[in-house]
Amino acid sequence: MNTINSYAHIKYNQVSVNGEIVFQSNPSLSLAEFLSEAYKALGVSYPKFHKMDAQCKLGFLCAEFALKETSFLTENDLTKTAIVLSNAASSLETDRIHQHSIDDRSNYFPSPAVFVYTLPNITIGELAIKHKITGENAFFVSEQLDANLLVNYTESLIQSGSEAAIVGWVEVDGANFEAFIFLSEKQKDTNKNAIFKPLNQTSVITIYNQTIWTH
Amino acid sequence: MIFTSCNNIISPLGFSTQENYQAVSNSIIGVKKIKLPFSQDEFCVAKISDDKVQEQLTHIKNAGTHTKLEQLSILSIQDVLNQSGIHPKDNRTLLIYSTTKGNIDILENTYKNIDSKRVYLSVFAKHLQSYFQLAHTPVVLSNACISGILAIIIAKRFIEQGAYDNVLVCGGDILSEFTISGFKSFNALSNEPSKPFDANRVGINLGEAVSTILVTNQKELATPYNTQIVSGVSANDANHISGPSRTGDGLFQCLTQITDKNTNDIGFISAHGTATPFNDEMESIAFDRAGLHTIPVNSLKGYYGHTLGAAGVLETVLSLESMKHHRLIKSEGYETKGVTGNITMIESHQDKNFTSFIKTASGFGGCNAVALFRKI
Repeated sequence: MNTINSYAHIKYNQVSVNGEIVFQSNPSLSLAEFLSEAYKALGVSYPKFHKMDAQCKLGFLCAEFALKETSFLTENDLTKTAIVLSNAASSLETDRIHQHSIDDRSNYFPSPAVFVYTLPNITIGELAIKHKITGENAFFVSEQLDANLLVNYTESLIQSGSEAAIVGWVEVDGANFEAFIFLSEKQKDTNKNAIFKPLNQTSVITIYNQTIWTH
Repeated sequence: MIFTSCNNIISPLGFSTQENYQAVSNSIIGVKKIKLPFSQDEFCVAKISDDKVQEQLTHIKNAGTHTKLEQLSILSIQDVLNQSGIHPKDNRTLLIYSTTKGNIDILENTYKNIDSKRVYLSVFAKHLQSYFQLAHTPVVLSNACISGILAIIIAKRFIEQGAYDNVLVCGGDILSEFTISGFKSFNALSNEPSKPFDANRVGINLGEAVSTILVTNQKELATPYNTQIVSGVSANDANHISGPSRTGDGLFQCLTQITDKNTNDIGFISAHGTATPFNDEMESIAFDRAGLHTIPVNSLKGYYGHTLGAAGVLETVLSLESMKHHRLIKSEGYETKGVTGNITMIESHQDKNFTSFIKTASGFGGCNAVALFRKI
């Protein structure tokens, strides 16, 4: 049986890990302000973070929180570790910024530093770079979190040689944002602080709905 | 065993696979210098003529209610459904749509009577679902320039898992000011037809295309290609978000997993070959490192430009067609070797009997994907 061994969820300016809220900021903070506060709370130094667009920052933070107390990165072969992410808006938030930069002939300023983030899988690239993870990649776009798709695809990756996967949802669309990332591993019993849920659709839906957010 | 089956290419070179193969066989290229509506400057791009699209619209129900990408996608998918006889409502059939930007021209306010929500890829996909009345919501894959070939690999995996018997893989992207201005800001565009792997290559031409291929476990649908998808993998360089690994690490990782040191029957490699200085250099190093230096290589970007989410599907389809015809297709634009890795370019169309080929792709975000196709 393949398992889910840790997860993190970010929503409503709060961060939860394995269902428990570990960080919350003032709900009135903007996304940019919240991301900056959460980065400080995480306590890592990673200068590349500051160059990222909002979606990559959100995905980066969610993955860091999911990984933080685990031995996922040391116990798995990172050449056989997959990253499978999804969302509804693709990279639309940054697409709008790029579009805005070319809308006006008299104020035309397309920038490569923005344009590079107009692909949703750049978030996968940022995670891969941070942790030297070189396995399989896929970025799916679905109307909402598709537990069936993510679980089935992760299973198929494990069947075809992957040993572990970072899987989830990273969405930024206007004022709405949410990230939900779980760490999945091929069956083994050595994981430190693992929560050991079976990798199936019911588990994913359960852990996705587990956090009791503070309102 | 998972087979490749009926397919279609819609591009500046034609509206069917046959028209496209014929054009490429005659060394006709789809890339031209033209003026685009949004600029006084000429751009060297592969654009599908509006008049030709217009002629095809009679084949589409309520043609005016679809965006350009939707129109082309409907035509391409319809062609494959007609050829294969697969019923779109069939519960064992899935559509995977591969794209980088989908209906991005909606952001440019191109359309008056189109729901702007269709700029969302999931809404775009549901529009196609409702047009064809597909049993399942399409799966959308948006993984930069490897999307097309990765979608074919994913189709194979889904069928192997037992969930489906048939997966239609459709890849599409259109020319837009959005992508042209972005690649221009990177200084990545060539003002002349691009020259993959050549010493004088300076960058890419953008192109638009939609291509569809049926992936199936139904042996009776395997004709006339009689080709199976042997294996496919993706890997990340974990190096840089917009530049490839200098040592071709991710592509090398894919190639070593795919070829398993048995390269005897590989007729050629259909490379990504965008004609940017860094990409082609990286690919040559990866091919060389993987011991593939004697295997002939082509890039089809010289004919079609870079068609982004369509590229992996289109280039696979054309490669299948070339294997069927026992022909190697010339790598258009190549004259003088301009990469440091030891590789063998296909410098003219030539007859050759072979039974397998490799398709590769690499893209922003450090992603790479490779698949191996072999005759059964």
